[in-house]
Parts: sequence; structure tokens; C-alpha cells
Amino acid sequence: MQTIDELITSAHVFDGLTREQLGVIAGCGRNEHIESGAFVLREGDAADRFFIIRRGTVAVEVHTPGRGALTIETLHAGDAVGLSWLFEPYRWQLDARALEPCALIGFDAVCLRGKLEGDNELGYELMRRFTANLVERLHATRLQLLDVYGHA
Amino acid sequence: MTPDHVIERSDFDELFGALLRQGYTIVGPTVRDRAIVYDEIRASADLPVGWTDEQDGGHYRLRRRDDEALFGYAVGPHSWKQYQLPAQVSLWQARVDERGALVDVSEPPRTTPRYAFFGARSCELHAMGILDRVLLGGSHPDPADRARRQDVFVVAVQCAQAGGTCFCVSMNTGPVAESGFDLALTEIIDDGRHYFTVQVGSDRGAAVLRDVPHQPAAGHERVAAGAVHARTAAQMGRELDTEGIKELLYRNFEHPRWDEVAERCLTCGNCTMVCPTCFCTTVEDVTDLAGEHVERTQRWDSCFTVDYSHIHGGAVRASPRSRYRQWMTHKLASWWDQFDSSGCVGCGRCITWCPVGIDITEEARAIRESEGRAGADD
Amino acid sequence: MVPEPFEVISRRQDTADTWTLELARSTGDPLAFAPGQFTMISAGGAGEVPISISGDPDRPERLVHTVRAVGLATEAICASEPGHMLGARGPFGAPWPVQQVADGAEVVIAAGGIGLAPLRPAILWLLARRERFGRLVLLYGGRAPDQLLYTDEFDAWADRGLEILVTVDSAGPEWLGRVGVVTRLVGRAGLAGGETFAMACGPEVMMRFTVSALRDAGVDPDRMFASMERNMQCGIGHCGHCQLGPTLVCRDGPVYRWSALAPWLAIREV
Repeated sequence: MQTIDELITSAHVFDGLTREQLGVIAGCGRNEHIESGAFVLREGDAADRFFIIRRGTVAVEVHTPGRGALTIETLHAGDAVGLSWLFEPYRWQLDARALEPCALIGFDAVCLRGKLEGDNELGYELMRRFTANLVERLHATRLQLLDVYGHA
Repeated sequence: MTPDHVIERSDFDELFGALLRQGYTIVGPTVRDRAIVYDEIRASADLPVGWTDEQDGGHYRLRRRDDEALFGYAVGPHSWKQYQLPAQVSLWQARVDERGALVDVSEPPRTTPRYAFFGARSCELHAMGILDRVLLGGSHPDPADRARRQDVFVVAVQCAQAGGTCFCVSMNTGPVAESGFDLALTEIIDDGRHYFTVQVGSDRGAAVLRDVPHQPAAGHERVAAGAVHARTAAQMGRELDTEGIKELLYRNFEHPRWDEVAERCLTCGNCTMVCPTCFCTTVEDVTDLAGEHVERTQRWDSCFTVDYSHIHGGAVRASPRSRYRQWMTHKLASWWDQFDSSGCVGCGRCITWCPVGIDITEEARAIRESEGRAGADD
Repeated sequence: MVPEPFEVISRRQDTADTWTLELARSTGDPLAFAPGQFTMISAGGAGEVPISISGDPDRPERLVHTVRAVGLATEAICASEPGHMLGARGPFGAPWPVQQVADGAEVVIAAGGIGLAPLRPAILWLLARRERFGRLVLLYGGRAPDQLLYTDEFDAWADRGLEILVTVDSAGPEWLGRVGVVTRLVGRAGLAGGETFAMACGPEVMMRFTVSALRDAGVDPDRMFASMERNMQCGIGHCGHCQLGPTLVCRDGPVYRWSALAPWLAIREV
């Protein structure tokens, strides 16, 4: 039976953090399971939690009338679900939905944000990693936008 | 409501005669295709004499009674909606000239037969009133609808037995009709005597009654009628708790129960066809091949079709779950915000005629009870 | 339900699939309307569709409609040449509540794609009364430069006191304007918030996210209005198709106050 500390080492976004730092983060986390089709987070809700996927697939979606839910991106084991928890106004911009039964570590973002106020070094380390994640996904999104296959 | 008069069974056909002489086209219940439907009738022999109906979720059978009651059944698949809002109405026809202009626009004559609705039940009178509010209230009352409703003579019948899926008591729409009729009858078969108590509801009703042999109602006859009404009220096949139902449904739009009913619902739309208050229509322009003649028609439509909510890109309500939810929440909740009343009269037709027996009272109960268990916040 | 005859006076192609038609009523006074209202338009027997009025409410002699050809009815309407006849019923619907704008208040208009068409009457109405208001800002986003509407009027609108920020989702090197989603314009506009009055129209997703950005900029959801679209067949509240929660879009909309609408839009497939 692994501890949260051990489970979160699989998260890409926590790569290179010290055991002590991981311990601080793990203190705000807990093991969660959700069933296929359930929403992990919903557009407009307060971003007071975020997740690391241990097992399973989560789709980031936008709901449109007429075309239903459109998938922007899929996230997999080791990925973080939810980035807005770190940036004001702390509100989800998109939906995230489990495409299969998922094992997640769910973090209390309010708790963790509080801890980061007092631990600026950890705050800096996390900000670096989440921002890098964001830049990577922004770049990927831009490539997606080009609709390259449509114009090949 | 206390009836004033009595008509003997042996004189009952005089009521038909009186209406026919006044030029009414009488429509009422009759047996056809193993169901009791509404059609033109001219005499008591046309009524479902000695028949009753056995109704439950997805179940409708006619059975012989052991008496010769004329009205010993509940409501069938037809409602008076088919006269108030006909299934297909031609709105106008025109020629289209070479500039695309409509020429020789003709609207169909606003005359309809002078109908006498014979045998309307209390729930049905409420349904007609609800449809009146939908079609005639609001900023664009339809003159064609008004014309259809104006001259209708209503002979109401107080139900002598509740149907297996009835819940008019829950919806406050019966079983006793208090208004909205010209004459209201209660059929009593008692100790070999077969008679009808009569309540006059209008001057028009009084005038027709004058043409029919009748007597003032005696005390024991009034009591007998009251007993019939009370017995029917106690026999309801279903129940629906309407306390705060609008708010209950409004706060449960994402309840898992909708997924559950969606697994059973075929989106066949039967419920919307048989429901006496469902009013949705589609408007279509139809032309000949050359595009020189066009007719605009209005036909019954159902919110259960995928096309119903189609906008560019697709349907807003693509899933069966969203369509069932739309129908039920409209009927019991948002109807209040749109038309200031419930849309449901508790006639039970949607339960009886659903091929899989989905029961609106059961669905409402399931959602309400799940809140009770979880502990509702407000 | 009988359409009234209107003659096509002029027809202009705006984009690959969009035309603007100016119509004149055949008999009677010009059709008076409020900004944000729509009519049900038909071309012969090809079917009837709801189209927002995009003309000047102070000049109703011309009934103007910008139409995108996406189906049988709209293709027939768009193909109608001057001299041709169309049918129209209306005007219907709840208009942009321009009367509610406080004196001296800032007004921001957010339009996406063909969503600028129902907003044009509001823009013209505000510009005709320019001295009553503070900043007037138009944020306009389109798919590509060749899909923008009314660009030949922008200079005139700017001269009359409308600040215009335009962006497209993607463009080639010949486009020297902004590229990016329209929500990004909100931050650039430097809105005051507070008494700011906002009107938005465009694809529903675009309105949702633009409103979110406006909220972050301090605009009150009670002073934000959006024009919604649902399947409309009769336009007069009888056919039932346009239901949006407890409302009928043809009658309670198409313009809605955002604070009243938001809880319903949060429910998927409502």
C-alpha cells in the first residue's frame, strides 16, 4: 500500500522535487477513483482542486449546443488535470471528463495555495513546472489550430 | 357540486336528439380498433356501452363490464386536443409569381363544425383550459384557435371510476368537474335503476336540457352522485406529490435518474401525442415541383425528435436523456413559468401509452425521494 | 402567419456565404423595430427562417438583413435579386435594452462572426445619440479576414466615436491586423467595469468565454446581455421549439440578461 508521497512521484509536473517538497504537496492530496463518464471538473466552477492521473484517460472538453462536447485534448497517466488552480481568478475554463474508470490523486488547491504563500521556494518550483507544462500545451494548441492536415 | 336534475336511461337518447336538432356535430367516445377513441356519434348506441378499460404502465385493454354503463371507463388515447389543435392545419396557400411574390393568398375558412364534446372528463376540461392559455394567451392569440373553441358545447361526465393510471386528485384537476361545461352528468346504476344526475353549467346547457325529459334531483339521488364522486377520488391509480415540484426539478437537472430513464425511453414520442396539453407544432412550407404553388401547414411535432432542437451544427438536445428531461421538466416545472399553471392534468395517458411503461409519477417520486435520503440543502 | 410582401431593393455579398439584403415594405408604413429584434423571412415556398434585423432602427424605410446561406430557405433568400419579392413576419423578440444604459456609461459590444449583424442596429442607435454615453467599444472577432462583416463602415463608425478592435483566428501574411481569439481583446480594451454595459452576440461558446473575460474585467453580469439562438418555427410563442429552460427564445429572448441566463447555460443540452 503506497503512500500519497510515493504515488505522486509518477506525476511529470513534480519531476525533480525533493522528498521534503513532495511531502508538503502530498499533505494536501488524497487517493480518488472516478467512474467512466464522470466529470473531473466543470467549466465555471471554482478551481479549488486539481488532479494527477495515476491510471486512466481524461478528456478536456468544451460543450457546445448543436455539436455537443468537443474534445480539445486527452490527458493520461502522469498528467496534471487542471492548471487554473494556480492562476487567478481560480476558475475552470473547460470541462474535464473521465473516458474510463480513473485512479487520481486529488489535491486541495486552497490548502496547497496556502502552503505556497509561506514557502516561496516551493512556490517558485511549482510555478516553473506548471508554467512549462502550460507553454508546452500552448505550443501544441497553436499547432492544432493551424489545421495542417486540412491544408497539406 | 350538487346536481339539479335527473335524466332516466330510457330518455338519454333525447339528449343526443336535442343537440343534433340544434345543429351540433356530436363527438364523443366510441369503440374502435380495441380502444375507446373520440369520433362522431349520434346516439347512445355509439357509446362504449358495457365496456371498461384496464390501464397500467404500457398496458391498455378493453374488458366487458357486468352492467350496461355508458361511461364506465377512463380516458383513451385520444383527447379533445385533436379538435382544439388539429393534428394538421393548413395555414394558407398561395401562388408564387416570377418575382417570388405570394399571390392569391388564401387562408382556409375559419368555420369548423359546431361541435358538442360529449363525455368530457374533468381532467380534460382542465387540459382544454390549459391549451386555451397557451394558444390564446400571450401576445399573438391565434384567431383560428379562438374560432375552434368559441361555440363548442360541452357535456361533461363525472368519472364513476378512476383509471389505473389516473392521478387527477394529485393535480387538483378532478375527479369532479366544477366548471367549464354546459351540462355535467353523473351516471348511476343502482338497484336495477339506471339514471343520470345533471348539473347545468350555462344558459346554453339549460336550453338544451329543456328539450330532454328530466326531473328535479331528489335528495337521495344527490347523495348517490356524491358517493360516486367520492368513490372515484379514492380509487386513483397513481399519485404525484406536487409540493414545490418546480423547484425540485429545477435543482435536479443533472440528477442520475435522467440517465436511468434514458436507458428505457425509446424517444418514440407517444406520450406527446396522447398528452392533452402537449402543443408543439412544426411549420412547413410545401411547394409543387415547379415552386409555383406553396402551402404552409402546421403539424403536431414532438420534443422527442432529434430534429426538434436542431440549430446549425446539430441538435441542442442530442441525447435521449436530455429529451426526456425536457419533456418532463416542461410538463411539471417550466410550464409554471411560461403559462402560470402545471402542464399536467393527471390523466395518466403518458403512462398507459408508453411502450415501456415509463411513469411520470414514479420518475418524480424517485427524484424527490433521493433528495430526502441525501438531505436536501433547502 | 401570412408573410407580408417586401421588395428586395439591394443585394450585396459580404463573404463567401453571406449576403446583406435591403428590403422595402410593399404596403403601409415602414416596419418599425427595436435593435436586437428579428423577423421570420421566407422566399416563395422555400421555407421560413428567423433572421435578425441588422438595419438602422432610426431609418426603418429599409429593412436590412444579413443572411448566411446554410440551407434551402437561406440559399433562396440570398439568391434573391433586386426587384425580387420576399416575405417577412415580425418584428419579434426582446430587443437590446439600450434604453437602460446609464448616462455617461461605457458600452462594450462583443461580436463574433455573423454575430455582428444583430448588434449593428444597437451600434447605429448608440452612435446616433453619441453624446449621451462614455466610451463606446466594439470588440469584433472573426474566423479569417475575408469573413468579417461591414468592414467598409468601420471608418465611419470610428469617426462617429466608436473604438473598434478587430481580431481574426487565423490569417495569412497580407493581414496586418490582430490575430487571436476575441476574448483576448477584452483585456486590451482597458474597460472601466462598474457601470459598464455589455452586449454580446456570436457562437454560444464564444459568448460564454467572452462574458467570462468581461466578468474578470469587472463588468456586472446584470449589465451584460447576450443574443441567443434556438430552433424557431413560428416566432410567436406557439410552436414550442425555441424553449431554453423556462423561457421561449422568440418571446423572452433572443436578448437575455446574462445573470438570468447563466444558470441555464451551465446545464448541458438544456
